[in-house]
Amino acid sequence: MARPMTMAEKILAAHAGLDEVEPGQLIECDLDIVLANDVTAPIAIKTVREIADRVFDADKVVLVPDHYVPNKDIKSAQQAKIVRDFAREQGISHYYEVGCMGVEHALLPEQGVVVPGDLVIGADSHTCTYGALGAFSTGVGSTDAGVGMAVGKAWFKVPETILFKVEGQLAPGVTGKDVILHIIGKIGVDGALYKAMEFTGSAIESLSMDERMTISNMAIEAGGKAGLMPVDDVARAYLEGRAERPYVEYASDVDAQYAQVIEIDAADIVPTVAFPHLPSNTRPVAEARDVRIDQAVIGSCTNGRIEDMRQAAAVLAGRKVAPDVRCIVIPATQEVYRQCIREGLTDIFLDANCAVSTPTCGPCLGGYMGILAAGERAVATTNRNFVGRMGHPDSEVYLASPAVAAASAVLGHIGLPDDLPPVGAADAE
Amino acid sequence: MRFEGTAHRYGRDVDTDVIIPARYLNTSDPAELAKHCLEDLDATFIDRVKPGDILVAEENFGCGSSREHAPIAIKAAGIDAVIAKSFARIFYRNAINTGLAIMECPEAVDAIHAGDTVSVDAATGTIRNETTGQEFQAQPFPEFIAEIIEAGGLANRWKAKLAK
Repeated sequence: MARPMTMAEKILAAHAGLDEVEPGQLIECDLDIVLANDVTAPIAIKTVREIADRVFDADKVVLVPDHYVPNKDIKSAQQAKIVRDFAREQGISHYYEVGCMGVEHALLPEQGVVVPGDLVIGADSHTCTYGALGAFSTGVGSTDAGVGMAVGKAWFKVPETILFKVEGQLAPGVTGKDVILHIIGKIGVDGALYKAMEFTGSAIESLSMDERMTISNMAIEAGGKAGLMPVDDVARAYLEGRAERPYVEYASDVDAQYAQVIEIDAADIVPTVAFPHLPSNTRPVAEARDVRIDQAVIGSCTNGRIEDMRQAAAVLAGRKVAPDVRCIVIPATQEVYRQCIREGLTDIFLDANCAVSTPTCGPCLGGYMGILAAGERAVATTNRNFVGRMGHPDSEVYLASPAVAAASAVLGHIGLPDDLPPVGAADAE
Repeated sequence: MRFEGTAHRYGRDVDTDVIIPARYLNTSDPAELAKHCLEDLDATFIDRVKPGDILVAEENFGCGSSREHAPIAIKAAGIDAVIAKSFARIFYRNAINTGLAIMECPEAVDAIHAGDTVSVDAATGTIRNETTGQEFQAQPFPEFIAEIIEAGGLANRWKAKLAK
């Protein structure tokens, strides 16, 4: 009988053709999906060409131009063209052109491209998002992705796992974003370095898939290699009608060995904001009200899904963005975009004076579609607040949930939805 | 693989956004990327760096984005080796895959000041502060990773493997 294993160890063992693996072991694994985007694919494609004429499997290579697409300038257009030409030449079935594309880590789960039990590498650090679906997925560089595209394999050092048990009931207004910011604030930006993170507990189980993906998405901000969650009925319901392939559910053995078990009381988690210039620099939103903002960004692979749009719209309904604030809303995929229109969320955003954009990573990494000038501050539902992340090196990014970003856009400073006067109060005066 | 040069010293959590800001990621040309290496952390770096210099930093070097443009920019700027207390894992892989020498050695980092002359032997992991005469031993690479480095990167290793 194999040694007791965590779900991370089980998925890696299965893909290495081994009965068991243990942390520290170096293994070579078969990959289910290899992903790259318009920034990372051009270098990966160069690597493919050095090794092979064809990709290992045209259905398992996924190319999503999303960072600087629709093309922001001539250089970006050249990069995107390299990806497009390669996709056509190789007959890549999962290539998503403008009009079909979305922010990759929102798009792949939505389209059922990644399923539980998969082993995925992506030349994008937020590839860890799919851990919420019970897949082992991790970010790599372009060379690893290029080799993966050519031969369908990658090497891994089996990571130890840290188990996060979040038990109890989250207070109203506390979201998946607050859970993960709380955790990163607690363990630091290298608190899970070289390790897998596994999230369990009744508070996690109570969350929708969209909020769970926000949590797994930011595992990398704690240095984590993956951010896994067990598959449950919520995940199965999400996968129903989406999953492209049959899937395998892996669960950690009850006597599996963890590097650390961190127990968190859900009641201790409050709406949280990460101050510049690290995601671990967290404070309660209630203590951040003196931070005036110039811009709010609601979107990204972290918080651009339909639940996020609904949470932002619930705050913005019947209200206006403060006159000196730009509020930019970016639904992460075409499907989310269309759903926003169907549910009337787009009207709410437009009535509130928000700019609503086609899907793109755009401002999250300081690409375009909302770059900050020197001295400007943004509250954003994105994932990083490093120096210069959204524009000028003297600008600042504060990370928060969609509800907090929306409330801050109306207030003109960081704040909570509860800080807003009731809708219609001004008319009644 | 012996390198000797002047140390450029930085703190912890040097992220890939400051190593090469995303506003320059609309190209993957090494020479173009090198011009902006570490620009948002230290605007004077690129004017001061000389071929063969060595980068020294504290914990979690290269955290954040998976952009391989980061080790490419560092290498193209003339840096031969990075010594840090620890590396973020994607950067660690990328450096190995692209042939940038990296060494984990907290003791050496604590004993090297900006401007010191430092020599490293990437094969043995020996680090010497030539200014002070102190010598340190970095964590050796596992054999499997040493093979990738020996082959000149991951792509070359696969090329050789497939040619057999």
